[in-house]
Amino acid sequence: MRENLINLAYLVAAVLFILGIKGMTHPRTAVRGNRLGAIGMLIAVVAALLDMHVVRYEWIIAGVVLGAGIGTVMARRVQMTDMPQMVALLNGFGGIASTLVAGAALVETLALAADVPLQFTIATAASGLIGAVTFWGSLVAFAKLQGLAGDIRIKGAQMFNAALLALTTAFGVWLVIDPSATWAYWALVVTASILGLSLVFPIGGADMPVVISLLNSYSGLAAAATGFVLNNNALIITGSLVGASGIILTNIMCKAMNRSLTNVLFGIWVPSEEAASSDEVYAGKVKAAHADELALLLEGARRVVIVPGYGMAVSQAQHAVRDLVLMLEERGVEVEFAIHPVAGRMPGHMNVLLAEADIPYEQMKEMDEINPTFEQTDVVIVIGANDVVNPLARTNPNSPIAGMPILNVDKARSVIVIKRSLSPGFAGIPNPLFAAENTLMLFADAKKGALDLMNALKAA
Amino acid sequence: MELLVVSLTVFVLAIFVGFEIITKVPPTLHTPLMSGSNAISGITLVGAVISAGAQISLLTTILGFLAVVFATINVVGGFVVTERMLAMFRRKD
Repeated sequence: MRENLINLAYLVAAVLFILGIKGMTHPRTAVRGNRLGAIGMLIAVVAALLDMHVVRYEWIIAGVVLGAGIGTVMARRVQMTDMPQMVALLNGFGGIASTLVAGAALVETLALAADVPLQFTIATAASGLIGAVTFWGSLVAFAKLQGLAGDIRIKGAQMFNAALLALTTAFGVWLVIDPSATWAYWALVVTASILGLSLVFPIGGADMPVVISLLNSYSGLAAAATGFVLNNNALIITGSLVGASGIILTNIMCKAMNRSLTNVLFGIWVPSEEAASSDEVYAGKVKAAHADELALLLEGARRVVIVPGYGMAVSQAQHAVRDLVLMLEERGVEVEFAIHPVAGRMPGHMNVLLAEADIPYEQMKEMDEINPTFEQTDVVIVIGANDVVNPLARTNPNSPIAGMPILNVDKARSVIVIKRSLSPGFAGIPNPLFAAENTLMLFADAKKGALDLMNALKAA
Repeated sequence: MELLVVSLTVFVLAIFVGFEIITKVPPTLHTPLMSGSNAISGITLVGAVISAGAQISLLTTILGFLAVVFATINVVGGFVVTERMLAMFRRKD
C-alpha cells in the first residue's frame, strides 16, 4: 500500500515535470512552468523520504542543506554572461550523482539479494559510463568556457578514445557476467572518466554550444539509466525528457553552425579551400566612419535591426545597446533584434543577455522570421558578430561556412558594423560584408561604439 | 523481464512526449529550458536520498551522501537560476 502511494507520488511528480516543460513554450507561462517543476521535485523527494528503506535522516539532511546552500549561492551569484559555464557545471553534477547512486545501488543489492537481475547490472554499467563521461566532460567544458583550458589536440586521439570505450565496455560486460565484482564497476567509472576528459579536450571553443547541449542530454540519459537500476519510473520519464531536450538543442546548434555532430565530437575542422586572403577582400574597400556621420544615417531611418554577437556580451554592452534602442524609439524609429541561433555561447544565450538589459522578448526575432525583412530595413547595426553575417555562406560553395544559415544583413540599405578590428571570427575567414558598398565600419569595442552612437544621436 | 518491458515502454513513450513538447519551445527560451530541464534531471536525488538513508554499509551511506550533495546542487541551482532568468523576460509595455 505504502509503496503504491509512493509510486503514485512519483507519477504526480513526472506529470508536473511535463507540464513544467510545457510552460516553457511561452515566456508568459514559463515562470509558472519552472515552479511546477520545482513542486514536482519536492513531491518526489518527500516520497523518497517515506520509502521503507530510509531509516536514518541525518546524512540526507546534511547533504540537502549543503547542496542547497552551494546551489543557491552559485545560482544567485552567476553573471548572465557566464550562464554556459553554470549549466555545464550543473550538467556534470547531475551526471556524477547518477554514477554514485548506481554504485551505491550495486553495493546494496549485493548485500540484500541473492541473485541480481540482468537489467540491473546492464543499467548500472550504463549509468556509471554516461554519468562519469558527463561529469568529466562537463568539467572540461566549464574550464574551456571559463578560459582556464585551451584546445588540446593529440594525434591518434580517436584510437585512444576507441580503446578506452572498448575497455569500459569490457568492464561493463564483466560486471554483467559477475555482478559481485564491484571492482569492475569502479574500474568502469575510472576509464569512463578518462574518456570524458579526452572526448571534450580536443573540441574547439566555437563548438561549445553543441557540447553543452549534448552533455545536457547525457545528464538526462544518466538519470534514465539510474531509473532502470532502481526500477523507478519517475527517473526514467524525467531522464528521457531531458535526454530528448538535449538532443533537440544539439541538433539545432549543429544545423546553425553548419557542422555535423561527428565533426564536432572528433574536433574536425574541414580545411577551407582557397580561402581569399584578407588583403584581397578588404584592400581599399573598407570604409571607416565616425559616430557623427552614422548618427545622421540613423536619424533618417524608419526601421533599424540590431544584430548582436558574442562580442556584445564580452564587453557587457547590452545596457548601452538598450539605451541606444530607447533613443532611436523616441525618434519614432522601429527597432528589432535579429538573433542567430549560435549568437552566444549556448542556445538562447543572447536572448537572456538582452532580457537582462530590459529588452522585451517581442523585440527579439529569430533568424527565419527576420531574414525576409532585411530588404525593407534602412539600417542594420552589427554589434560584435562576424561569421553569422558573412554572405560567403550563401555565395561561395567552397567556403568553410558554405551552406551555414546566416542573417542576410547585406540586403539592407545600409549596414553599420561595430567591431574593434577586421580580425576574423571563429571560422578564420575574411568577411566581404565589411568591404561591401553599403557597409560602414565603426572601429570600437561594442560598448564604446554603442555609447558613441547614442551620444552622437543625442547631439544631432 | 516483465519489469524491463514495462520500464522500456515508459522510457520510449517519455522520449516521444519530450520531442513533442520541446520542439515547441521558442529559441528565446532555450537557455532557461536547458537550465530548467537540467534541474529536473537532478531527479536522481530520489535514489540518492534512499541510499543515504538506508544504512546498509558505511560505503553506501558515503556514496549516497555525496550523491545527495551533487544532485541537490543540480536541482536547487537549476531551479533558482532558471527563475532568475525567466523573471527578466518581460513584454513591451
